[in-house]
Amino acid sequence: MSTLLEVSGVSVSFDGFRAINNLSFQIGQAELRAVIGPNGAGKTTFMDIVTGKTRPDEGRVIWGEKSVSLLRMSEAKIAQAGIGRKFQKPTVFEDQTVQENLLMALKNKRGWLGVLLYRPSASDLARVEELAAEIGLRDELTRKSGELSHGQKQWLEIGMLLAQEPRLLLVDEPAAGMTPQEREHTTDLLVQAAKTRAVVVVEHDMEFVRRLNCKVTVLHEGAVLAEGSLDHVTSNQDVIDVYLGR
Amino acid sequence: MERSFVAKNPSVLVFLTILSLFTIAVTVLSEGFGIGVISTSFVKTLGKTLCLCLIAVAMDLVWGFTGILSLGHFAFFGLGGYMIGMWLMYERTRLIVVESLSQGEIPPTPSEVVDAVGTQIFGVVGSSDFPLVWAFSDSLILQLILVVLVPGLLALVFGWLAFRSRVTGVYLSILTQAMTLALALYLFQNDSGLRGNNGLSGLQNLPGVTASQDIVSIWFLWASALALGLGYMLAAWIVSGKFGSIIRGIRDNEARVRFLGYSVEVYKLAVFTLTACIAAIAGALYYPQAGIINPEEMAPIASIYLAVWVAIGGRGRLYGAVIGAAFVSLLSTWFTGGQAPDIPLGFYTIKWVDWWQVLLGVSFVLVTLFAPQGIGGLFDLWTNRRHPDRHGANLGPDDGSLREKEATE
Repeated sequence: MSTLLEVSGVSVSFDGFRAINNLSFQIGQAELRAVIGPNGAGKTTFMDIVTGKTRPDEGRVIWGEKSVSLLRMSEAKIAQAGIGRKFQKPTVFEDQTVQENLLMALKNKRGWLGVLLYRPSASDLARVEELAAEIGLRDELTRKSGELSHGQKQWLEIGMLLAQEPRLLLVDEPAAGMTPQEREHTTDLLVQAAKTRAVVVVEHDMEFVRRLNCKVTVLHEGAVLAEGSLDHVTSNQDVIDVYLGR
Repeated sequence: MERSFVAKNPSVLVFLTILSLFTIAVTVLSEGFGIGVISTSFVKTLGKTLCLCLIAVAMDLVWGFTGILSLGHFAFFGLGGYMIGMWLMYERTRLIVVESLSQGEIPPTPSEVVDAVGTQIFGVVGSSDFPLVWAFSDSLILQLILVVLVPGLLALVFGWLAFRSRVTGVYLSILTQAMTLALALYLFQNDSGLRGNNGLSGLQNLPGVTASQDIVSIWFLWASALALGLGYMLAAWIVSGKFGSIIRGIRDNEARVRFLGYSVEVYKLAVFTLTACIAAIAGALYYPQAGIINPEEMAPIASIYLAVWVAIGGRGRLYGAVIGAAFVSLLSTWFTGGQAPDIPLGFYTIKWVDWWQVLLGVSFVLVTLFAPQGIGGLFDLWTNRRHPDRHGANLGPDDGSLREKEATE
C-alpha cells in the first residue's frame, strides 16, 4: 500500500519542553489507525503539526503521491489538500443551522469570490441531506446547532469532516461524552470512512479502540513507543510499564 | 429553498419601505419641495444621519458579523469626505476667480487662473502652490473614483499587514485606532496639503448650481437615502449566503474555519476593504451636507462612537446598526444642541450639554451588560411571539386546531 502521509524525525519544543521528540509515523491511502498514549504524550501536538497549526523545529512531513512538504503550507491550504480534523471538544458553529454548518464544510470552492457568488445547487443540498441522514440529523437540518445535544454535535462535526471529503481524517477523542449506542454508531462511521481514506483516531478509551479493530500506535514522551495490533502492543512490556500498568 | 432573496430576508423589504416613506415624508414637509414644516438645517441633519446609518451598516458587517472591532472606520469616512471636498472646493473657487478676473481689461491666461485659485485655497496655510495630492482635483470623475480608491487602498494595505500577522482581538482594535490617530495627526499639519486644521470648507455650495440650499439639501437627502438603501441591500445579500456563514464562523471560531480550508485572512481583508469603501461613500455624502471637514473628524473618538451606536442598536443584525446610529446620533444632536431642558436639583443643575456623554457612556455599559442584543433585540420578543415553539404540537386544545407548522408559515 502506498503511503499517504509520512512524518519523519519531527521534534518540537515549547519553552524547552520537548513535546515531540524525533517522532516518525506513516499511514497508507485507506487505513484506520488508533493513536493512544498517556496525557502529555504529544498526541494533540502531533495533530497540530500535521494540520499546520504548529511548526516543528526539525523533521519532515510529506504528503501524497507528489510528496509535497506540508511544513510550508498554511492551515487552510493543508485542509484544501485533503486533511480534515475533528477536535476533542465538539466545535461546530453554534449560531448557525445544521444545514449551514454542513454547507460550509461541503467540498466546494474555498476562495472568497467563489463563496460570495455561491448559491447551493440541488446536488449540494441533496448531498447535505444524505450526510445528515448518515449522522442521524436529518430532522434537525433547520435547527441551530447550538441546540443539539453533546453527542449530536460530535456527529455533526464528523459529518462536516465527511462533507469536506478529506483523504486523511484526524479525529481527536470522538467517543468522549457519548452514550454506548452513540459510540457504536461512531465506530461504524469511522470504520466505514476508513474503507476509502486514511483515518487516524486519537483515543483514551481502550474499549473503543478494541472495537475499531485496527493497527495501534502508542505514543510516549513525544515518540513512538510501540506499533502493531492492540493485543501486540498491550503485551509489550514498555507499554505496560508506562501506560497500562499504572 | 428556492425562495427569492427578499422572501428569505423580510427585514430588507420592511427596511426599504420605511426608508422610502421617511424620505417622502421629509420631502413633503421640507422648505424646498413641500409645505415647509421642517427647517433646511434639520433636513441636513436628517440627511447626515442617513450617512451615519450607512457607515453603521459597514461597521456592523466588519464587527457584528466578522468580529473585527475596528476603531478606524471613521478614518475612511473622513478620507471619502476629503476626496469629494477637494473637487468641490477647487471648482467653486475657480468659478469665483474666473468671474472676478473677467472684470479686468485683459482676459486671464489659464496659468493666471490656476495661480489665483491656489492663492485663494492655500493662502490660509501660507502657500499658493497646489500640492501633489490635488493633482486630480479639477476632475469630478477622477475625484469620485478616488473617494473609493484611496480609502480602499489604505484599508487593503493596512488590513493585509495586520491580518497576515494574525493580529486579533483588542490588539487589532488598538492598531486600527493608532492608524486613524496617525492619519488625523498627519492631516493636522499645514504641509500635508489639505489645509491643516482649517480643513476644507464651503462644501455645501455645489459649483455651477444656482438652486438654494433648501433644494440642495433635499437632493442630498435623496442621495443619502439611495446610498443607504443600496448599501443595506448589498450587506444583506452578503450576509445571507455562504459568505455570511463563513464570516460569522470567523467571528465565532476562527481556527475552525481555517481547518475547513478557508483562508481566514483573505476573508477578513475582503470584508475590511469593502466596508472601508462603504464608509468612504457615506463620508463623501456626509461632508457636503455638513459643509466643512477637518482632521478633527477623524479623531479616534469618532470611531468609538460608531462602535457605541452599533452596540446600542444591536450587533449582528443590520437593522440594529441602523436603528442604533439613527437613535443615538439624533438624541446626541438634541442633547448637545441645548434643546434638552436642564434639570435643577437645588444644589446642582444638570446641564445636558455637559452630562450627555456621561449618560451615553452609562447606557453603553448597561446595554453591554444587560441587553447584549441592543435595541434590535426588542424585535426578537415580537417575532418570538409570532412564531410559537411548541415542538410541532397543536396550538389549541384539540386535533382540529391550528398546527404550529401552519401558524409559522
